[in-house]
Amino acid sequence: MSRDRDSRRLPIIISLLVGLLLTMMPLPESVGAFRPDWLALLIIFWAMQLPRTWSVGSAWIIGIILDVSQGTLLGQHALALCVVAFVTVRFHLLMRVFPLPQLTATVFAILGLYQFLLFWVNGVAGVGAPAVTYWGPVIAGTALWPLIMMLLSGLRYRTRSGR
Amino acid sequence: MVASRESRNNPGRIPALGLRVFVLIIVSILLMYVDNRLNHLDAVRTSIGAAMYPLRVIVDAPVRLWNWLDDSTTSRGDLEMELNRLKSERLLTNARLQKLNALEAENARLRAMLDARAQVRDQVRVAEIMSVDANPYNHSLVIDVGTQDGVFDGQALVDADGVVGQVIEAGLMTSQAMLISDTDHALPVEVNRNGLRTIVVGTGTIDRLSLPFIVNNADIQVGDLLVTSGLGGAFPAGYPVAIVDSVTRIPQEPYADVSAKPAASLGEVREVMLIFSAAAAAAEEEADDE
Repeated sequence: MSRDRDSRRLPIIISLLVGLLLTMMPLPESVGAFRPDWLALLIIFWAMQLPRTWSVGSAWIIGIILDVSQGTLLGQHALALCVVAFVTVRFHLLMRVFPLPQLTATVFAILGLYQFLLFWVNGVAGVGAPAVTYWGPVIAGTALWPLIMMLLSGLRYRTRSGR
Repeated sequence: MVASRESRNNPGRIPALGLRVFVLIIVSILLMYVDNRLNHLDAVRTSIGAAMYPLRVIVDAPVRLWNWLDDSTTSRGDLEMELNRLKSERLLTNARLQKLNALEAENARLRAMLDARAQVRDQVRVAEIMSVDANPYNHSLVIDVGTQDGVFDGQALVDADGVVGQVIEAGLMTSQAMLISDTDHALPVEVNRNGLRTIVVGTGTIDRLSLPFIVNNADIQVGDLLVTSGLGGAFPAGYPVAIVDSVTRIPQEPYADVSAKPAASLGEVREVMLIFSAAAAAAEEEADDE
């Protein structure tokens, strides 16, 4: 049973590592403002599919790692990702039966909430933030969602049949 | 299949989800408070940061590979051209340097006559940039040297053209630095032409800095070079920071609207120099003792 668990977890961990790499990748200034929140997207997907294994706790740990890599306030991304996971797990049954356009709209709302939380913490902590760049990642993330959904679903079914 | 099995056992409810998320949110808020107000979490940051070193190397690999390919596929003609250019540049710099040596000696003599403290030449160390921060809210970068190379918090970073930023978090093998264009960054400078002291603040745009505290009747012009004044203690004096590119005087406002363009090309740097000035190191030690 435990080996079975490992073999199911490995692809998820790899996908999260790839997400972290994409988040840390240097990009030119103009494109950088539209870098999607890869880890938030991944957490939405995995929390929706496997809410028992990938829930608020794992999201929090990933958030702490993200905080260290981005040099933000320790706990800022952790808080935001934790809330993202909570909302997703809370509504995962509903989200699974949503048709793609509706699901994409939901993802848009969750990403908006995520950005708002980050923005809000910045405001409370007194970290200056230009408000214009705030929508870039949300729009890019929403646009990429159908693609990510397709790729990860393939990954998910492959791992299950390999069991 | 999994979905239907889960919903049969327990109709979509994850036990104690609300409680868990509540506890985690409280923990996050406490962490952020402690991190913002106190410095006790630096050790945690440093150790997680060290564990992420391999990831940084992987992230950097494609860029390195591209640079390597670019270097190794340059044509002979291009190389010769570049070599010639570098040779002539070297000749020019050498000539200038000769003059500088003489000037430096003269300066030291004059200073000795005036009984002033001699200005020591700053030691530098070259560091490579590993990654640039993704977060659009803060302009920072990661360099490949850390405390084991003697890097300390607050150390100044310059490139060939001017000041780039300063170290905000010295890790063991990598360090995080803040660019002067970050909205949180302020730097004491003086106008090279007349010694007018002011402060340069980042705007969040990579090629623009602002000077918010210039009074309307101050003597500042477009094209003025701003150099570090050395007053903040973090930066040694005399490094170029920016060139004033617009001055708008609004009669009813107390301060003029002045902006400047950074001397260093902040968006394109691949290598920076860390300055080990005696004064900065002493200031750092003092700060640690307090």
